[in-house]
Amino acid sequence: MEKTIEVNSPKKRRSRLLYSKKIAPYLFVSPFIISFLFLSLYPFISAFNMSFQRVLPGQTQYIGTANFERVFNPTFYTAVQNTTVYVIWTVIILTLVPMIFAVILNHRLMKWTNFFRASIFIPALTSVIVAGTIFRMIFGDSDSAFANQVLQLVGLEPKEWRYSAGTAMFLMVTLASWRWMGVNVLYYLAALQNVSQDLYEAADIDGANAWQKFRNVTFPAIKPIFIFLSTITTINGFRMFEESFVFFETSSPGNIGLTVVGYIYQEGIQRNDMGFGAAIGIVLLAIIFVVSVIQLYLTGAFKKDDE
Amino acid sequence: MKKHLLMLASVSLVLAACGGDGGNNGDNNGGNNAENNGNNGNAGGGEASGEGGELDAEVVVGEDIEGATEFTFWNFQELHSEFFEDAVNRWNEEYPDRPIQLTAETYPYDQMHNNLLLSLQSGSGAPDFADIEISQFANYLQGDVQLQPLNEHIEPVIDDFVDSRFEIYAKDGEYYGMDYHVGATMMYYNEEIMEEAGVDIDSIETWDDYVEAGQQVVENTDAVMTTVESDEHFSFWPLISQRESDYFDENGDVILDNEVNVETLQFISDLVHEHEIAQIAPGGFHHAEEYYGFMNEGGAASLMMPMWYMGRFLDYMEDLDGKMQIRPLPMWEEGGNRSAGMGGTGTVVTNQSEDPELAAEFLAFAKLTEESNIKLWEILGFDPPRHDVWESEEMQADNRFYDYFHDDIFEILTEVRDEIAEINITELTPDAQEEIHSNVMHSVLREQSQTPQEALEQAAEAVRSRVVE
Repeated sequence: MEKTIEVNSPKKRRSRLLYSKKIAPYLFVSPFIISFLFLSLYPFISAFNMSFQRVLPGQTQYIGTANFERVFNPTFYTAVQNTTVYVIWTVIILTLVPMIFAVILNHRLMKWTNFFRASIFIPALTSVIVAGTIFRMIFGDSDSAFANQVLQLVGLEPKEWRYSAGTAMFLMVTLASWRWMGVNVLYYLAALQNVSQDLYEAADIDGANAWQKFRNVTFPAIKPIFIFLSTITTINGFRMFEESFVFFETSSPGNIGLTVVGYIYQEGIQRNDMGFGAAIGIVLLAIIFVVSVIQLYLTGAFKKDDE
Repeated sequence: MKKHLLMLASVSLVLAACGGDGGNNGDNNGGNNAENNGNNGNAGGGEASGEGGELDAEVVVGEDIEGATEFTFWNFQELHSEFFEDAVNRWNEEYPDRPIQLTAETYPYDQMHNNLLLSLQSGSGAPDFADIEISQFANYLQGDVQLQPLNEHIEPVIDDFVDSRFEIYAKDGEYYGMDYHVGATMMYYNEEIMEEAGVDIDSIETWDDYVEAGQQVVENTDAVMTTVESDEHFSFWPLISQRESDYFDENGDVILDNEVNVETLQFISDLVHEHEIAQIAPGGFHHAEEYYGFMNEGGAASLMMPMWYMGRFLDYMEDLDGKMQIRPLPMWEEGGNRSAGMGGTGTVVTNQSEDPELAAEFLAFAKLTEESNIKLWEILGFDPPRHDVWESEEMQADNRFYDYFHDDIFEILTEVRDEIAEINITELTPDAQEEIHSNVMHSVLREQSQTPQEALEQAAEAVRSRVVE
């Protein structure tokens, strides 16, 4: 679009174009639109197409809905179940705990706030893989691994962390929580710092206690962030892959670490069945979409008026 | 605020949804990057899995030669680059008129196989040569095979080779891969522990003897007799192959749940739970860091693994230097097989090579000649697939493997040469393998939630259900 105009018109036209109220907005959103078209929409359409195919070099053919008929098998349900449990835990932990941290860090009596802020945030900068390797060592199977030593100190039995469903989930949720805590605290802090001190003073004058101040002054200010984080955490949870991968790589005992995306990877890439992988992807898309819409509806994000 | 929030949320929803759904592309990348940084410990069984967490490595050979044909080679084991480096140098000396420049690139196991699969699928970006691990090979034989048939070079010499090593990389009579080794499964005994227990290892002839010896070891020492893998297949597959059973029969039908297999799995389970002479390998498999440490400290008196595992002893179990003895496997019955061919990596020429003929010729030079088979032992410590070199003088020359173990390794190997059953690789081998790794061994050995019969039947059903068309 820019090009054609550029050809038949020199500088003058161009500057007029840049200042044009009609064109400029499109120009500004174009990087997003273009990257969306190529990096999201195109793969989406081709995955959709692939989900009806059996993809083999030189012999790709349409096989109707056969892939979708195979999707709903016990392994898939295991993956969905694992993922859902993971989503529930991460949403609870990653929305509530950071909120508490942020409120504490934002409190005027709190000392060393910068130090704590930094140390909570630093895990977000590490790669999951590096963190995962460390976590694997901490939660090793042997009695001398750190976590097991701690358990023994408290008088509990050492555990084989990576081999039972409950502890496996604990490992994955802990890793994710540890990593994203700092980022979420940062979101809350940003919102908290926008709350005018006047409101707190006014509340003090009215004789509000700490809880009342939190409920009626602080929380309304951070509620949008709360909704945003729970939505994002839900979506990220359903897309989780690395947290499981670092502990179990590509296959876990009894599939206790299998996630939906892990299942896509397993089927599409490792077992060379791209069509089936794509079909699982489409189903996952539907799940994320439905869950997110319900969530946004329940949290009131679709209401136009400001309460 | 509300409006912003709504926009923010819906934008991220759309992005996330598309990303999640574009799964095959997006998530694949995630996986690759992950592998790239992670260690390839649990990679699935080839002789190269578990070689620590090295990052990509690149070796270029023959750079300084003008007019050399440029080839690239992908592998997942840096040592293999070293082997090819030597081969290129030898080739360039021998054929100065047709020089070769080789760029050997090493990637983590999963990443290499995935990238190769995708580049062959999409028709661009593949190297000239690649190493494909045996349990992954089936993926590359589906559809129109994107690899170069190598019959022209293999057929004239196949009689000098353990020929089952070519059958595993063949489809419809075409051979596509050349292996590095036989992968003869052996028993590694820790002589020190065995002596302490009062057992003469040469008196162990059958598995019954082995169990008896194990009881003596457990009674008289702090060690267990052996370890079994719960996360991989190197305790199960060699044993059923030794008894000439397999996951699939020669027609490709699933026989995973046949009587022999059930009995064998019961035997493995009994070693742990009934006789209590074995324990599950620390870390779940014999390539785990935890296992290396355990074994190095004298945790177990013996280990069943293929010959190529020798290198692991040298690299990770220094304290066992001079203590380990290699012997054939105990027999199931008089006159039965005493070994099984396990693992393997076939080097292939892809159809994207610009000069596939030269590539194939070079590969034959690097893998099929006598000299190159001797190099397989010298450089890599593998039992070379060409058996007519096993007794040659060069093979007897001192090297670090003889120093660590003992001198008569190849005499033992020659003894069991004809006792290695073929294994049947099909398109569903990766599926069967996956069932073994994630369900069967776990539920029978670790959880004891299923009997061998139940676990194998369930696994066989799962594999059968994947037969399409």
